[in-house]
Amino acid sequence: MSANHDDHHHAPDGHGRALRLGIGGPVGSGKTALVAALCRSLGPSLRLGVVTNDIYTTEDADFLRRAGVIDAERILAVQTGCCPHTAIRDDIAANIDAVETLEERFGPLDLVIVESGGDNLTATFSRGLADRQIFVLDVSGGDKVPRKGGPGVTTADLLVVNKTDLAPMVGADLTVMSRDAAKVRDGKPVLFTSIREDKGAHSVAEWVVGIVDAWHHEHAHSV
Amino acid sequence: MHGDMAMLLLADSRLPAGGHAHSGGAEEAVRVGAITGPEDLARFLRGRLATAGVVTAALAAAACEVGARPAPERWQRLDAEADCRISAPAQREASRTQGRLLVRTTRRIWPSEALDSLALAVPDGAHHPVALGAAAAAAGCEPRQAALAAAYTSVTAPATAAVRLLGLDPVLVHRLLADLAPALNDAAHEACVIQADDWSDLPAHAAPALDLLAEQHLRTEVRLFVS
Amino acid sequence: MHLVATAAGPLDGDHLGLSIDVAPGTSLSVFSVASTLALPGRSRLTVTARVGPGASLRYSPEPLVLADGCDLRVDVLLSLAGDATAFWREEIVFGRYGEPSGRCRSRFDATVDGVPLLRQEVTAGDPALHGSPAVFASARCAGSTLLVGDLPREVHLAEGCAVLPLAGPGTLVSALAADTVELRRRLEWGERLADKSLP
Ligand SMILES: Nc1nc2c(ncn2[C@@H]2O[C@H](COP(=O)(O)OP(=O)(O)OP(=O)(O)O)[C@@H](O)[C@H]2O)c(=O)[nH]1
Ligand SMILES: [Mg+2]
Repeated sequence: MSANHDDHHHAPDGHGRALRLGIGGPVGSGKTALVAALCRSLGPSLRLGVVTNDIYTTEDADFLRRAGVIDAERILAVQTGCCPHTAIRDDIAANIDAVETLEERFGPLDLVIVESGGDNLTATFSRGLADRQIFVLDVSGGDKVPRKGGPGVTTADLLVVNKTDLAPMVGADLTVMSRDAAKVRDGKPVLFTSIREDKGAHSVAEWVVGIVDAWHHEHAHSV
Repeated sequence: MHGDMAMLLLADSRLPAGGHAHSGGAEEAVRVGAITGPEDLARFLRGRLATAGVVTAALAAAACEVGARPAPERWQRLDAEADCRISAPAQREASRTQGRLLVRTTRRIWPSEALDSLALAVPDGAHHPVALGAAAAAAGCEPRQAALAAAYTSVTAPATAAVRLLGLDPVLVHRLLADLAPALNDAAHEACVIQADDWSDLPAHAAPALDLLAEQHLRTEVRLFVS
Repeated sequence: MHLVATAAGPLDGDHLGLSIDVAPGTSLSVFSVASTLALPGRSRLTVTARVGPGASLRYSPEPLVLADGCDLRVDVLLSLAGDATAFWREEIVFGRYGEPSGRCRSRFDATVDGVPLLRQEVTAGDPALHGSPAVFASARCAGSTLLVGDLPREVHLAEGCAVLPLAGPGTLVSALAADTVELRRRLEWGERLADKSLP
């Protein structure tokens, strides 16, 4: 699949490679929906690749391929042997291999998105795999989730609270969520989305463009 | 030498080289009802160790020797010896994937001529036991230590997978692994008997059921493990 | 060509050797009239076959039956020229009806132009392997057919049988079964898929 004879992708400073964005969060919160939305919004302007970490076979990858938001070959699926968090945190080898394979096949790329398998609130990406990470919650888990914190909520570069369209139905108070998140996140951003209503997740897409630009300026020159 | 520590690191399932996602046929065996509990699992592990385990250990030991005097031609020839001992395409693919990830990981842990030359000689990923032996050489292991690590991981991966998939008592499964101690020694011994540059005589035990399981696994819709 | 053996095969102390040379551009078929019964005691069987350029060999003897108490060592060395073709079938039965398997270590090495194509050993009579879901499961016999030549590279699967394209220019059909009739049926199914030109 990929070549391992040159290790330049490992350059810890990230020179000469795409920004790697991890998207994590509990099962069903809308990670795949967000990946699809970002592909829709950013596809026209950025060179993208996607890695999915499916719990079962290649469900998420198949969904994205069917959605037709990105060329099917630019999506690779990684299997995680019952342990989604292991594959993004403790043993990232298969994910790194997938990311580098995409860069070798289609590079240069601007952005590679890695979707984690749905897991618990403590599952975050290793810095060896993701340069930036988004943690996706949804309102249906209840408005107390941000207060509970956990590494995903507190340390992610961006916290997305999705499915705001369901807030009235589940009795979730968005202002409470917003206030609690701000308390534990040290000023890092929080965005509220309803990907059902906004198929391009525009606020999140704008944030991603910002970090891709910054990455580009920092790392473009010494390839 | 620091071979003992390196052998433990290489055999540790926490080595970040993608091993956690491979079940060595156990996932499919569980799915088709060939492993349902500790007794089946014990027989599965014993059979796997005596066949694939010995072959993998022998190739790892040979690779560890090559690692001491690496040359592209020797890596390619040894890799071909691995290729002709793995009949199922699904297993060859899984072996090369694991080998590629192992080289990637261990090159950063033990930067060395042995691993660099292997990565160059077999750019699409050497077979896993070849990569393991090369890493063992890079880390200062003797061939016997490489063989032990290879034989050991050939049974710990399916054992761990079975614990996860069947909810077996992990203590009981560790007891099964402990019971394999003499067989593990025998496997490493058999693996190291023949050590010359002619690898044609290295063990080549077939495991027809594992071949079948590996190919069925690829065709199964719901899979948690790569192999 | 038929190998005519009497019903009882290798006995204690026997060392049978068979050497086959298929001259360039010719073809040879080797059959046996009956199965080979390995009887108690130590014995050896060595087969060496060379298939020259453009030549073709079909080797399909009847099954080898490992009687309880036998201790047989089989070595097969098949060397092919680059454009030679071959069909090599081996069937092993783990003991006569109702008896445990005798011991056997059978080693098969096939090379094409000196490059290894398939190396495999089948060990029978080791309690670690019989009944192991990783090796023979509950099968009473095991068989494989190596086909060498320009063949489709497709995997096929059925109950107890797999058609496995090798890394080199050949395909292995591998089967496990409860009895020899079923084993042969499975192998023949796989052989026809591996080589569509077979009748
Ligand atoms: N109502 C509503 N449903 C949504 C929204 N976003 C996603 N969903 C639905 O939520 C379900 C789960 O979405 P996914 O995107 O698959 O969630 P995921 O986080 O990728 O799930 P896993 O990968 O299985 O952990 C799907 O049925 C989506 O259609 C939203 O904004 N509002
Ligand atoms: Mg998903």
